[in-house]
Amino acid sequence: MITVGLFIPCYVDQFFPHVGMATVRVLERHGVRVEFPEEQTCCGQPMANSGCADEARPLAEKFLRVFQGFDYVVAPSGSCVSMVRNHYDGLVGGRSGHEHLKAHSYELCEFLHDVLHVEQVEGRFPHRVGLHRSCHGLRELRLGAGSERNVPGFDKVKKLLSSLEGITLLEPSRADECCGFGGTFAVNEEAVSCMMGKDRIADHEKQGAEVIAGVDMSCLMHMDGLIRRAGKPIRVRHVAELLAGEG
Amino acid sequence: MGHAESAALFVRDDERTHWHDQALWFVRQKRDAGARSVPDWEALRERAEAIKAHTQSRMAEYLEEFERNATRLGATVHWARDGEEHNRIVHGLLQARGAKLLVKSKSMLTEECHLNPYLEARGIEVVDTDLGERIVQLNHQPPSHIVMPAIHMKREEIGVLFHDTIGTQAGLTDPKALTEAARQHLRQKFLGATAGMTGVNFAIAETGGIVVVTNEGNADMGTSLPPIHIASMGIEKVIPRAEDLGVFLRLLARSATGQPVSSYTSHFHGPRRGSELHVVVVDNGRSALLREAGFRRALACIRCGACLNTCPVYRRSGGYSYTWLIPGPIGSTLAPGRDPAAHASLPFASSLCGSCTDVCPVRIDLHHQLLAWRREIVARGLLPAGKRWGMRLASWLLRFTWLYALAGRAARFFLRVLPPAWTRGLSGAWGRQRELPVAPPESFRELYRRTRGQP
Repeated sequence: MITVGLFIPCYVDQFFPHVGMATVRVLERHGVRVEFPEEQTCCGQPMANSGCADEARPLAEKFLRVFQGFDYVVAPSGSCVSMVRNHYDGLVGGRSGHEHLKAHSYELCEFLHDVLHVEQVEGRFPHRVGLHRSCHGLRELRLGAGSERNVPGFDKVKKLLSSLEGITLLEPSRADECCGFGGTFAVNEEAVSCMMGKDRIADHEKQGAEVIAGVDMSCLMHMDGLIRRAGKPIRVRHVAELLAGEG
Repeated sequence: MGHAESAALFVRDDERTHWHDQALWFVRQKRDAGARSVPDWEALRERAEAIKAHTQSRMAEYLEEFERNATRLGATVHWARDGEEHNRIVHGLLQARGAKLLVKSKSMLTEECHLNPYLEARGIEVVDTDLGERIVQLNHQPPSHIVMPAIHMKREEIGVLFHDTIGTQAGLTDPKALTEAARQHLRQKFLGATAGMTGVNFAIAETGGIVVVTNEGNADMGTSLPPIHIASMGIEKVIPRAEDLGVFLRLLARSATGQPVSSYTSHFHGPRRGSELHVVVVDNGRSALLREAGFRRALACIRCGACLNTCPVYRRSGGYSYTWLIPGPIGSTLAPGRDPAAHASLPFASSLCGSCTDVCPVRIDLHHQLLAWRREIVARGLLPAGKRWGMRLASWLLRFTWLYALAGRAARFFLRVLPPAWTRGLSGAWGRQRELPVAPPESFRELYRRTRGQP
């Protein structure tokens, strides 16, 4: 039986525990043994993306140590997995276990699709769902083809979601434009960030979505913050919640 | 003022910002259609990237080969270490021939060198002949976009500008009529010009020819009558062979505007009979960038503007919110190489969404370059101290799992018990337009332990 080290990003741990639990349920339902190494904190992305490599390094070292020895490391986040897979080279490159970690860390949908070869997810979600393609999952992990590239179309997240009973998946008119979260960008460039978020929400509303679903709680947290301030009825849900059958 | 502050001012005009965003998104969509019309688009990008990387590895050889062959064709090649030397050479050429009116087709390099004010201060009239560039010149502004210099202006504003500057009738807003007025105005300038100047899109080492890409034919208009044609190019414009040109031309116009090819692709192989051709090859910091293994890929840029058009930040903040004349992702990548302190905010003017990297026809890893510049900004101590200390504190706290868990618990507790007005105030820039997440009573690790036992 495959043993997965469950990586729950720090802000998901603190603010969205139900997303973490949904991830556990999805993985277990597909026959995976899940372990949550409690010593984990943060992968170091906020520091790394601010250019603070010296501040990110000890966290990358800690992460490498904590997740040593697992078959796979899986997280309900494209962005944090991209940090570990694509951006640890300059921080812990060459250390024992780094190559294994790099090759075996997966975003949840990617893990289901690529490793477990899941074609069909049992469950029901009879709602109109706007698919939010988070940038790092899309362009750093290649969970989908992306609107920029001229490659055969594919979308691992959409494929899994579309197998849910009753779901209506809706495409925003701009298929994969950034929501404007961008980590510290959300605060450093607050004005542009919020306009980007509002534009994204409006696009989903225009398509008639009741729910915006995505693989990164960070983007969803940003849009949810805007939605609740504006008192709009549209809601955000993490893809893991939908796949866990928590309609 | 850094990018964030200028951008916030731009965004204040919601209607205009959305108009700007939509205008550029339209161009991005045309680009997408253009890219999809070429089945081997991605292979073509890889080819272009490889040609540029190869050329960069032998830059000096190819430049010298270009000089030899251009000279053989009868052109004169000049070398300028920086913008000042470039301007001196151009002025020297014009002065020696008594030229008083210079017509210039689009060239970001001459903007970079500040050629116009240099020449104007020495009594030479310079007329930019690209329509967009003429508009911003009449408006005493630099270009706000590298391919569409006046994209920030509405036609009503251009109508007013033309009325004030070239005497069109008041209230004219019809794009066709405005363009026709500009055409007549420019025609007089073309006829009276005593020198013509162009940029260079590609300089071919193998043949010594230069290629200039325009949509208005103004490069040809400007160089066909005057007895001297001066072409300015950055060293990175050289490509090895004539056959490489096809790779770039297929990519350039599609990436820029979605056109299969631009209206005019003008090849200059030596001077026109009875005329002179001078090519000024400019370094101005480029060879220094070429030495930087981590940053040299940015020199592969062919100035198509696709990264600007796709950038959700550029579209919503406009060209003038950037502290350098080339805005958008490529500008934010190039500018800190020249003056990291002056442009310290630019690498942060991005959500790192990566769309720029995926549209780039020469596959510059733009968003990773921006990230690398952020590290460089921090290493040089140019990140505001408050932000650096915030990161230091967070990094220290996150090293100790118990401390992190405790801090998280405390934060969630206060978020639940404090009045929303307080927490909103405490959340700073986050809370200006956004609610904070609703703090749950238990973290995931607490919930997991309680429901699942010891992990």
